[in-house]
Order: sequence, then C-alpha cells, then structure tokens
Amino acid sequence: MRYAMAMDTKKCVGCADCVVACQTENNVPEGYCRDWIVENVDGTYPLLDLEIRSERCNHCEDTPCVRTCPTGASHVIEGGIVKVTHEECIGCGACIESCPYDARYFHPDGYVDKCTFCDHRVEAGDTTACVSVCPTEALTFGDLDDSESPITKLLKTRKWKVNAEEAGTKPQVYFLT
Amino acid sequence: MSKNVNRRDFIKTSAMGTGGVLAASSMFTWVPSFMEDSVAPLLESNAERTPTVCEVCFWNCAGWVYKDRDGNIQKIIGNEDDPNSNGRLCPRGTAGVGIYNDPDRLKKPMMRVGDPGKQEFKEVEWDEAFDYIVKKMNKIKAEHGPEAMALMHHGTAGPHFKHLFKSFGSKSEAKPAVSQCLATREAGFINTYGAGLSSPEPTDVKNTKCLVLIGNHIGENMHNGYVQEVSHAIDRGASIITVDPRFSTVASKSKHWLPIRPSTDIALLLAWMHVIIYEDLYDKKYVEQYAYGFDELKAHVASYTPEWAYTKTDIKPEDIRKSAYEMAKAAPSVIIHPGRHTAWYGDDTQRMRSIAILNALLGSYGKKGGYYFAEKAKLPSYPHPEYPHPHWTWKDLTKKDGYKGAIAGVTNVIREASLPGAKEKYGHEYKGWFIVATNLIQSVPDQEKTIKALQNLDLVVVVDTMPMEITGYADVILPEATYLERYDVARVAQHRVPNIALRMPAAEPKWDTKPAWWMCRELGLKLGLEDYYKWETYEEVLDWQFKKVGSSLDEMKQIGVKLFDKKKKLYLDDGEDYFFNTNTGKIELYSTDLEAMGYDPMPKYTDHAQPEDGFYRLIYGRAPMHTFGRTINSPNMNDLMDENNIWINPKIAKIWDFKSGQEIWLQNQDGVISTFPIKIRVTERIRHDSVFMVHGFGHKNKKLTRAYGKGASDSEMISSYKIDPVTGGTGMRGNFVTFLTENPHKKEQV
Repeated sequence: MRYAMAMDTKKCVGCADCVVACQTENNVPEGYCRDWIVENVDGTYPLLDLEIRSERCNHCEDTPCVRTCPTGASHVIEGGIVKVTHEECIGCGACIESCPYDARYFHPDGYVDKCTFCDHRVEAGDTTACVSVCPTEALTFGDLDDSESPITKLLKTRKWKVNAEEAGTKPQVYFLT
Repeated sequence: MSKNVNRRDFIKTSAMGTGGVLAASSMFTWVPSFMEDSVAPLLESNAERTPTVCEVCFWNCAGWVYKDRDGNIQKIIGNEDDPNSNGRLCPRGTAGVGIYNDPDRLKKPMMRVGDPGKQEFKEVEWDEAFDYIVKKMNKIKAEHGPEAMALMHHGTAGPHFKHLFKSFGSKSEAKPAVSQCLATREAGFINTYGAGLSSPEPTDVKNTKCLVLIGNHIGENMHNGYVQEVSHAIDRGASIITVDPRFSTVASKSKHWLPIRPSTDIALLLAWMHVIIYEDLYDKKYVEQYAYGFDELKAHVASYTPEWAYTKTDIKPEDIRKSAYEMAKAAPSVIIHPGRHTAWYGDDTQRMRSIAILNALLGSYGKKGGYYFAEKAKLPSYPHPEYPHPHWTWKDLTKKDGYKGAIAGVTNVIREASLPGAKEKYGHEYKGWFIVATNLIQSVPDQEKTIKALQNLDLVVVVDTMPMEITGYADVILPEATYLERYDVARVAQHRVPNIALRMPAAEPKWDTKPAWWMCRELGLKLGLEDYYKWETYEEVLDWQFKKVGSSLDEMKQIGVKLFDKKKKLYLDDGEDYFFNTNTGKIELYSTDLEAMGYDPMPKYTDHAQPEDGFYRLIYGRAPMHTFGRTINSPNMNDLMDENNIWINPKIAKIWDFKSGQEIWLQNQDGVISTFPIKIRVTERIRHDSVFMVHGFGHKNKKLTRAYGKGASDSEMISSYKIDPVTGGTGMRGNFVTFLTENPHKKEQV
C-alpha cells in the first residue's frame, strides 16, 4: 500500500476550499493551515501562463523529517503516511528545518503539526477532507500499489511533475500538467 | 527560518518557478478562537447531522451540518442529492460555520438614541423595538398610505418580509441583485427568447464543447454548480474562450484569451455575428425555423467586420475570426455565457441581447451542450386572505423614469423617490424603508445619494446578522439568526431536475437573535394582520407545504433534498415545433418589443469614455473565498483573505515607481478619495489601462473588528454610473482612478 495524491493543475482554480475543509476537519487553529494554495505567473501581458496548485505535506518515501526527529514523534505509518505524535513532540523544529516543502508549522500548543492525509478518514474507508470537497475535483487520493485505483490510472495517462524533485525525498504529491 | 505559516501565506503568489518558498513571516499571538485545539477529528459516520441550505451566496447549495460531541457546529458538507452542489460545497459554504461563530455578530435589537447624524444606539428588548416600528408604520400609513413603505432585500429572508409588506398594503420592493446585477441580462434574454434565465442559469456547461466567457471570471466567481460543470467540460476537452482585460483564472485555462479593451464588448459581439453570418457558419435550419428578423440582422452587421472591431477592441481580426470558427465548429454545443453581474456601461441590455442573438445564430438555445430547459418544483403557498391592492407601486415610479423593460423593483428608483422633492417628481414618495440582509452602502452606487435618502426617511429598519455599514443609518436594528440557526422558506430552485430543499436550525440562535419568519409574524400581529399569520411556528407552514407535494417536514429533515419526476424535456428534438413567448412566437433577432418601447430593435455599438492620462479604469470582481462584502469579517473566510489588493500592470508600476505591497490611496474622476489605503499587487495579469480590485473590502464600521479598515472599497470609488435605459440597471464600470502616495487624510487626523 502506498498512498499518494494527484493534483490537476488544469482544473484547480485556487478557491482554497481544500484549506477550509482541512481546517474544519482537523481543528487547525485560526491563522494556520496544513494545506495551501500557490499561484505562479509566467510571461508578459498578453502572453501569459498561470499555474495554480494546492499544496500540502508530500508524505515522501525518503523522509528527512523522520530522520531528524530526536524523539521519534515524526514517524511513518502504513501506506507511507507521515505523522507526528503530538505528545512525543518537543517542538525543537528539526523537522521543520529539514522539510523542503515548508509543510510543517508550530502549533500554538507547542508541537509541530501538518497534513496527515486524513488518516482517520482513510482508515474508515473514506477519502481525505480536501479531496471530498474540491469543487473542480482537481484532487485525487489513492493507493499507487493498486493498479486499478483512479490515481494510478491518472499517473499512467497524464503528464505530471513533483515539487522540488532535486531534494531527493521522493514526494508522493503529483501535479498533473 | 521559522515556519509559522500565517494567514497571509494561505495563498502564495510568486513569479518564480515551482517550489518557490516565500520568506516565512513572524509568529503572531495565538488566541483560542472558533475551534478547540487538539480535539480528535470528527467522523461523519458517528455524528449528528441536520439539513441546511447555504446562505453564504445566492447559489443556495443544500448541505448537511455536522455537530461535534458537545453539540457545537463542526463542519458543513454538501448534500449528494442536491443538483446545485452535487455534494461539494465551495470554500464559502465549507467556511459557513464562521458566520455562526463570528463574535462580532449583532446580538440584540438596538434603537437609535439622539440625533440621526450620530451613530449611537441602545440595546432594547424585541417588544420595544417592534412597538416603535409598528407605531411609525401606522403613522406613515395614516399620513401617506401603506404604499410609502419600501422593502430593500436580498436572500432568503426576503420572502418573509415581502409577505408582511404585501399584507400591510405595499408592493414596493427591490434588491440590488436586480438593478445592480441581473436585470439587464434577464431583459436581454426575455426580449430575444421570451424567457429570462433566472438562477442557477440553465447553461448546459458540463456537456458543452465550447464555452465563451465575456468578463465572466468563473472560478473566482465561485458559483458552485457552474464551477463544477466547467471542470467537467475541461475533462471532456471542451475549448474555452475568455474575453477579459484581466488574465483571470479561467483565462489561464482557455484555448483563446482575448484581452479586450474594456467597454468594447458589443463591438466584438457584432464582429462575431458578422463572421458567423457572412461566412455562412450559422445554423441555417435552426434560424429558419425558430428565428425572426434574420435578414434585418444580416444587413445590420454588414459593416461590423473584424477589421472594424479591431480598432475598438484591440483584438486582432484573425483572433476574432479564429474564435468565431471555434464556436461554429462546436455548434450547437456552444454557450456564449451571459454571466451574472451584467450592469457595466449603461447599454447592458443591448450587450446581453448581442449574447442572446449570437447563441441563436449558433442554434444553442434548447440544445445539448447549449442552453437546456430548466424545471422548477411547485410548492403551494400557505393559505391567507387576498392581499390589499396598493394604489401605487414601484412600477408606477419606474414608468415615470422611462424604464419600460424593468421586470422587478429598481433600487435606484426607490432611492430617488425617497429624496427630498420626490413627491413633485413622481407624485408619490417613500417615507419608510426596511433593509433586509443587504448593505446598501456597499451594494448600490453613489453612496452619497443613498445616505441622503436614508436621512430623509421617517423610519429605517435594518435586519442583518452583522453590524454592516448600513446599520449605522438605522432607527432600529433587528439582529437576525444566521442560516444555521433558523427555519426558512423552502428552497425551490430550477435545475435539470425539479427539487426542493429544507433549511432547518442546526443550533439554537446565539444571543438574542431571531429568525426572519418570527420577526415578521410578531410585527404582523402587532399591525393587526393576524389573518395573514394563521400559524404559530414556521414548521407548520413547511409541513403543510411539504405534505401538499407528497413529502413532510419529518421526511425532509431526513433527506434534506427531494427530487421530483421531470415533466419537461431538457432539449428540443431536431426540428421540433416550439413556441417562444415573444410577439412573433419566434426567437427575435430583431426585437419587436424593444422597438415598440422605443429602444433599438438590434444592438448598436456605442463608444464609451476611456481613461484620461494618469487615470485607469476601475475593474472590480470576486475572489472565491468571499461573497460581496458580507463574508469579509467571518473568521474562516477572513483567514483566507483579509484584504484586497489593487492589481497594477508592471509598466504602469514602473512609471509610478510602485512596488508590490506598497500602500496607496485611490482618487476617482469625481475627486472621491478612498477612506483607506490599499496595497499594490504588481502583476502582468492586468491591462495597462485598467486596475482591478476584489469587491467588498474597506469596511468602515469599527464593530466589524476583522474587516474594519482592511483593504479599500471599490463601491466608494463608484460615484458615477450609466443607467441602462431599458431596465434602469446601473452600469458601474465607467469609473476611473488615479493613485495618491501620501495619506490624503493626514490633516484630518491631527
């Protein structure tokens, strides 16, 4: 089992529904977020390109955050989901420094927090909160080890890229172009 | 580098390649807010849920409200059976819980103390507020007749107040959603097809092969079902053609983006007609069978060539042709979309007519992938005696102003008829207003005139959930319960399948707020209108209505949305006879009604003013996380976007020596200066002759603690407007601004 997410840049409109859905699902405190929107503009008027992406923790295969965590609070669970055990986290920030994706933040209660791929929902057979609300259905979540899963099919048929490939962390959030 | 992503970083903009990380910002003090921290996430499967209909915008999606273990509202999710949302709410609907939780909400009825000029209020009990209102209404009735009461409203509370007003003897009601928004679109389509479009508009976007958008920035305009269907169209490989001076989100997803010179859309539309007619690309069979006035139209557009249009629009003739071929190739599965906020330049009914005509030439009306025939469920009204017949209504006044094509109350006419001297001009005048869920200060152009009218009235009652600017001008403020705390009129929205939806309270109203139905009934009883209120609670009304259509309140509480069997076909069969509700029974390319009313039977192009040196056309629009100005203060939505920026092209920024993030003030062509500064966003996404800002910011009421003074108000800059002669709609895109780098209000602050 290898959980991953695909994000279709052709369809994302940057509405931030994924951000709000995550906040209300996971009790993310006001002013913080586990997922966010990035807008890239290229070119000169009127020859322009705009790419909008919904980003979050990449649940990498090679996890510098887990490697650098001194207490074992950052760890990997089944399906490759990277999690932080809040009670074990001492808020040292080593994981934050090591993450090439800026995916983690200090929760005001003193621990580090980030996207969990909504493992509580996935475990119950549901999909993540952000995927379930996305109005343009730009987000797809699933198991890459399942050749029949929609995400596997998407990655076989569409062009895609990942963020900061050069960091070598083998990120598992794919951007369809 | 500390990584405390704060609210400003939820939406990161950069001109770098992928993976650019912006400098992180400093930590801000954490205040426990609308959410308990460290609570285990809630699974829908083991939570209590109640049906709702979203009120964050007019799309009114149906959804489910989930409560946590302590009975607090935790999240709102779309209802799978709902054709407006298909089980997915937009960010505003998802964030609706903030509207309920906002600590700045109006909490208790309030009445003005002291001078009308001073915004001083005292909290009162409901009875005292009602007694005052009833005394004033009866006095106005005795002195001027009940007709002198006018209702300005928006949203679901409107119908409750309309019933009260009609029972009282006044039929004067208007909403900014008409004259400032849809009236010209509806008139354009009524005078072509004999029917308006209403809402949600019956455009078959999910099945279309080609979608043409003119100044319609869907995706930033988060009309939920429509956005979803655009996404399906993209999946299916449909081509999108976007006409916009701004590189909007949807422009970036388009096959053709035509960066038009603002105010010249009719020139482009006429040139498209020219190409489609003179290159024989129109649907001959369809036009022959269904349309009236083709020969007149052909002669009319003879000189409107793409080369002519280029001189007006800045769009190259080959691009005009290419995009016309794209539409023709897809026909009849093509939609030239009319959009929603269509009051732009004062010839808007004619621009909408152009859009309606172009659709007819391509044969898309009544065809798959074009316009479908929407259907609405019928829900009978709860029985009541006949309403009294008013001696005059808004219609009489509107006719005096010559707007013969107005189909609904015109806010600006009601405003005119409330100014000093109105009686001489109209023979009648308004003496009292109820303003329900619409912040007229921000929603109707020419704020000064609105304030003058308000100050000339004997009674101003404002009903709202939030202390919007308009509450400062009220004699009485009535705090309404939010949509999550109240029963309301059932939603009966048109769609592909007829359906009804229930809104019920998920929680008790906070503080001393009340639902609109309760306010209206209490006022009705005090006004002696008990015959019109033969029920105790609104549940009775809903249960009676639902039982009439084979359901019940109990059933609706379980399902939220009920779908009914279709009686109408979605599309016309090939060659099927069809009667259009016009004088000729056909689609009128040449409008006999407009001609009879003394207007142009076919759209003409008019040049509009262009900006003077140093001035830039003010274009305003939407962001997906806000609805008008009503959500700016709402915690979750404010979290996503707490201020607007002014978009300025880099070339212009260079001339002015501006940098992104710099604060400036705006001054318009009439010398109006923005109260608050606005930060610059230097971006290639806007033309050199225009600036863009998101509508609804720059709130002036300090009681809106999150929204106060954040960003600038576009409404403040709209002091000039051009009236559409057919409908009275107010075209607001003819305003120009220049920039002030020094604080113009400094002297006043010393």
